[in-house]
Amino acid sequence: MGKRIQPNSLREDVVTVGKALAHDSAAKHVAGTAAYVDDILEPEGCLHLAPGLSAIAAGKLKKLDLSAVRAAPGVVAVLTAKDVPGVNDCSPSIGGDPILAEKEILFCGQVLFAVAAETRQQARQAARLAKVDYAKAKPLVTVQQGLAARKTVLDPYTFRRGDVKSALKQSAKRLKGEISIGGQEHFYLEGQVSMAVPGEAGDMRVHCSTQHPTEVQHLVARMLGLPDAAIVCECRRMGGGFGGKESQAGQWACLAALASSITGRPCKMRLDRDDDMVATGKRHDFHVRYEAGFDRRGVLDAVDVDFAGRCGCSADLSLGVNDRTMFHADNAYYYPDCRIHSQRIFTNTVSNTAFRGFGGPQGMVFSERMMDAIAIGMDEDPLEIRRRNFYRRGRSVTPYGMAVKDNILNEVVDELERSSAYQRRRKAIARFNGQNNFLKKGIALTPVKFGIAFTLKHLNQAGALVHVYTDGSIQVNHGGTEMGQGLYLKVAQVVAEIFGVDIARVRITATTTDKVPNTTPTAASSGSDLNGMAARRAAETIRERMVKVACRLYQAKPSQVKFSGGNVFIGGREIPFGELAKTCFLERVQLSATGYFSTPNITWDREAISGNPFLYFAYGASCSEVTIDTLTGEMKVDRVDILHDVGASINPAIDIGQIEGGFVQGMGWLTTEELVFDEEGRLRTHAPSTYKIPTASDVPEAFNVALYKSAGNPAKTIYRSKAVGEPPLMLATSVFSAITMAIASLNPGKVPALDAPATPEAILQACQGMMS
Amino acid sequence: MRGALRFLRNGKEVEIGDFDPATTLLDYLRLTERKTGTKEGCNEGDCGACTVALGKLRDGDLKYEPVNACILLLGQADGCDVITADDLAQNGKLHAVQQAMVDLHGSQCGFCTPGFVMSLFTLQHSGTKADRQGVNDWLAGNLCRCTGYRPIADAAVKTAGKKPKDALAARWGKTEKALQKFADGKDLFAGDEASFFAAPGSVKSLAALCAEHPDATILSGATDVGLWVTKQMRHLPKIIYTGRAEGFDAITESSRQIVVGAGATYTQAFDKLASLSPDIGEVLRRLGSRHVRASGTVGGNIANGSPIGDTPPMLIALGASLELRHGTSKRTLPLEAFFIDYGKQDRKPGELITKIVVPKPGKKQHFRAWKISKRFDQDISAVLFAALFSIENGRVAKARIACGGMAGTPKRAKHAEAAIAGARLDDPATWERARAELERDYTPMTDMRASSSYRMEIVKNLMIKALTEIAGETGAGKIAATRVLEAGEVV
Repeated sequence: MGKRIQPNSLREDVVTVGKALAHDSAAKHVAGTAAYVDDILEPEGCLHLAPGLSAIAAGKLKKLDLSAVRAAPGVVAVLTAKDVPGVNDCSPSIGGDPILAEKEILFCGQVLFAVAAETRQQARQAARLAKVDYAKAKPLVTVQQGLAARKTVLDPYTFRRGDVKSALKQSAKRLKGEISIGGQEHFYLEGQVSMAVPGEAGDMRVHCSTQHPTEVQHLVARMLGLPDAAIVCECRRMGGGFGGKESQAGQWACLAALASSITGRPCKMRLDRDDDMVATGKRHDFHVRYEAGFDRRGVLDAVDVDFAGRCGCSADLSLGVNDRTMFHADNAYYYPDCRIHSQRIFTNTVSNTAFRGFGGPQGMVFSERMMDAIAIGMDEDPLEIRRRNFYRRGRSVTPYGMAVKDNILNEVVDELERSSAYQRRRKAIARFNGQNNFLKKGIALTPVKFGIAFTLKHLNQAGALVHVYTDGSIQVNHGGTEMGQGLYLKVAQVVAEIFGVDIARVRITATTTDKVPNTTPTAASSGSDLNGMAARRAAETIRERMVKVACRLYQAKPSQVKFSGGNVFIGGREIPFGELAKTCFLERVQLSATGYFSTPNITWDREAISGNPFLYFAYGASCSEVTIDTLTGEMKVDRVDILHDVGASINPAIDIGQIEGGFVQGMGWLTTEELVFDEEGRLRTHAPSTYKIPTASDVPEAFNVALYKSAGNPAKTIYRSKAVGEPPLMLATSVFSAITMAIASLNPGKVPALDAPATPEAILQACQGMMS
Repeated sequence: MRGALRFLRNGKEVEIGDFDPATTLLDYLRLTERKTGTKEGCNEGDCGACTVALGKLRDGDLKYEPVNACILLLGQADGCDVITADDLAQNGKLHAVQQAMVDLHGSQCGFCTPGFVMSLFTLQHSGTKADRQGVNDWLAGNLCRCTGYRPIADAAVKTAGKKPKDALAARWGKTEKALQKFADGKDLFAGDEASFFAAPGSVKSLAALCAEHPDATILSGATDVGLWVTKQMRHLPKIIYTGRAEGFDAITESSRQIVVGAGATYTQAFDKLASLSPDIGEVLRRLGSRHVRASGTVGGNIANGSPIGDTPPMLIALGASLELRHGTSKRTLPLEAFFIDYGKQDRKPGELITKIVVPKPGKKQHFRAWKISKRFDQDISAVLFAALFSIENGRVAKARIACGGMAGTPKRAKHAEAAIAGARLDDPATWERARAELERDYTPMTDMRASSSYRMEIVKNLMIKALTEIAGETGAGKIAATRVLEAGEVV
């Protein structure tokens, strides 16, 4: 318990980088003084908004009678589509996401109108008084319904290599299967919230809990018909994001800004949890059908897979999400001849969106199911089948044409196999299963290989702004946002390292579009890769100027100047960092600089299906043991071991936090977290009372997490670290596979028909399926 | 009679006379006091971001309990010491539980953190030394989406059982005195006849007031009524709170029965009820969270008539009865008779449940209960199965089986009960007819928690599981591993 966390990479050249420092806001978090948007002292006269949501999933809005809403106590304004002066759309991509509904109803929970009132309670009460007349249509709710109706939000897309049909025919063994994979609610603890504060001549400052302040700025400007320059969007921190505040924060910011623009008063919109869960997008659910051909050792010859992803009612970020499913349909395995096909299905449900892993996890759940199915059919250790299919020399090119050159999975998996005592426990579990009728156990060790970079090339850029003040204190700002992942701290560690000062001297400031403009979302695990690099460049620019001044004043060569321990060593002389800063000012040298970074070697061309979409891969592996009750379907995770590769860690404490948290979030997705839509397209699980994310007791006490000892990322990333935000989520596939193995023990040779999430009901159903 | 609430904040007495009866404690803290350390996560008592500690006198001793401020009504704070995360750091120094959270990297986004801090605070002040499993129980009401809990659990284990050396501990005696002064036994009535928050000081005046205002909302823990306010936006002008009525939470025991006062919280009733059977303890441990159990009452769980409440099926299987009171007139009835139909109970407006009488199982009686839900902790049951089997000479002489989640009310399985009578413990084939009869007893529904067929299947299986366990225990059959939570890692 509470062991001191050590650096995972031996480096003598760094002081602050590599240290397990506590989150920069930790002391404020625990004291309740870290301010989230709803905690900002409201300007006088601040109004509060509540949405009026559609009660049906498909059809037309015939009549919207808001007279009772307008007459309710405290109501100052009621907003409908007619009130939008500019563009009534908050889509991050190709449109289709009205801020306020016009005629057509796209999903149950769509915003029809919004009420601005003196208090939030008044706004919420008034919103219930609307009289709405609908012309109801039959909604498409499930993936299957969407597929049958052939309705899509985007064109299909395919990766092809070789001739999969004939390769399948020629394979010694063949296997067909299908699996449904459920979606996931982000359940950030802080719900969506924005506060708009009007300024002069249409200027607006929007405080928004968002992973993408620039997009919020643009959406608000476009909606109000104003230039981008009139709008500032600011975010100090989010109470969790996980992808759910990438494109989904915009609508509430727009509504607050619209109300503000109409009333001239500050306006805040904070969604109630149930409204948030009904009205904002989630992880895509999928139906996957596949056929695999393989030899007598279980080595794949051919893979043919069809992904049908439920995108919901609009495109949103579904192009990138579904593409990433395809990019990770191989996970760690070489598919010689293959066809990876993806359909992007329209349904009358909330538009699905980014969620940690961005479609990748669904691709991997497929590949791991396929591995389990091959192993179960051959009565082999699934780990052995996995290993035989790993990328290796001569079998190293992915289905999309990028060669895997930095593969360390054999090392990672071998080490984890030993440290988790996988083989010994596998035998013990076989004995346990032989001795017990009601309870069955399963164990699985699964790998993760996750591509790092935005697959949309232009997003791979970042800017930073660093100021050194004349007392030697430093401010850092960049385009990345803080959602708990420790990005601000990592970037501050980089800046402290460059200036050779203590981290306490680096003041972290809120992300805001008027300091660093034209930013890209904090997403795709790329936050520190991009912003760390941009901030380093800004800091280095200032340091070079300071070096020049030092050399001039003290007749030294640049190579004789070192920044360390809060001091600057110039030849034999040592002066405090602050003193040199002051000297620079007196010498009229600028102590502020911007830094900019764009990721090199990203050559992906989507049209041509060629080039490298990723800069590098992050690797990891996990081993999980579970027990299931075949009478009730209840399941307990008994032990988890994880070994994960973060390159040379900038902050091992932060990275371990990302790994543990990501794993548990993934485990929830694959076990207890079930989104239930009824036939009418209404989400029935719209609060934590019905939607169950893991609690403390779902996490096993035996939870052994280690960072892979790394010499550093072969790619030239910031201090040779690797991205860590998303990859660990997919480590949780070992839990799903372990459950699959426990069920498989009921009837050796038969592949369980277990879909995700593996709720008790799904497990019991799969158990019953084994008997027939 | 008093017309204003009184409670403590940071050692100072706060008095409030003019407030909307349905104001939540969270809104008071965030909007009136402008103390924003306490967060709103779900507004329904399920995530714990709003956890605050309420200091109360329990049997004369000061105890701090974690509660969900989002659904607790302000009036319920009357007579309490209210502590929030904003209050813990003193003179710029973090509290020990806060420091442990920082040192062990227990926060990421930080939004759930103040709530966890308050749960850790109440754990430390409870004096309980806790291992990981014990800690899990204290944390079951707090959701974290970032950390995966491990570092938070470490911080809890590290600080639990250590004597608190904080400002609260320093003013312990003063706080006790202040709360004793607050416990004046007087009736609290804030407001007027049309709109009020009342908290009578005695059962007699509680019963009288309820009879006088049959249209008032009777409030116990607010773990259900709180949601009428925060989610259904219901207007509740008249609220009568049971929590101050002297003796309404009394629990007494004799050789034959336990009598639980309707106002007893789950936390108060826990030990006595759990002493009847380990399964009752396990179901109660998993009922809601520590927060919910600190506020919610056994009587409330019955009075609200929910078909998915966890205590009624267990109490029905045990043969419990109720005492009700209207003004000065009292009556008793078997608990199962109280539940007439979905949303309909045998309680007239203004009538109060006052007591639950629970007979103790005899030596030859074997009790079993299981709560089946998607998640183990703090989830609402898909099915609650409870059964009391009387065993004589290796046979089932009599059975009382009751389930929640299987009908519009908590309901007995009378066909199965009849069919199992006479079954031999050493011959599972004799259980099969009762298993089939369960289909005549129940026609469960499909909802977001479970399908009808799953509910039916597990009730059948749980009866088999119960009999298998009892057979093993009495030597009539093999002892089998039947509980996932007890399996553990292979060795």
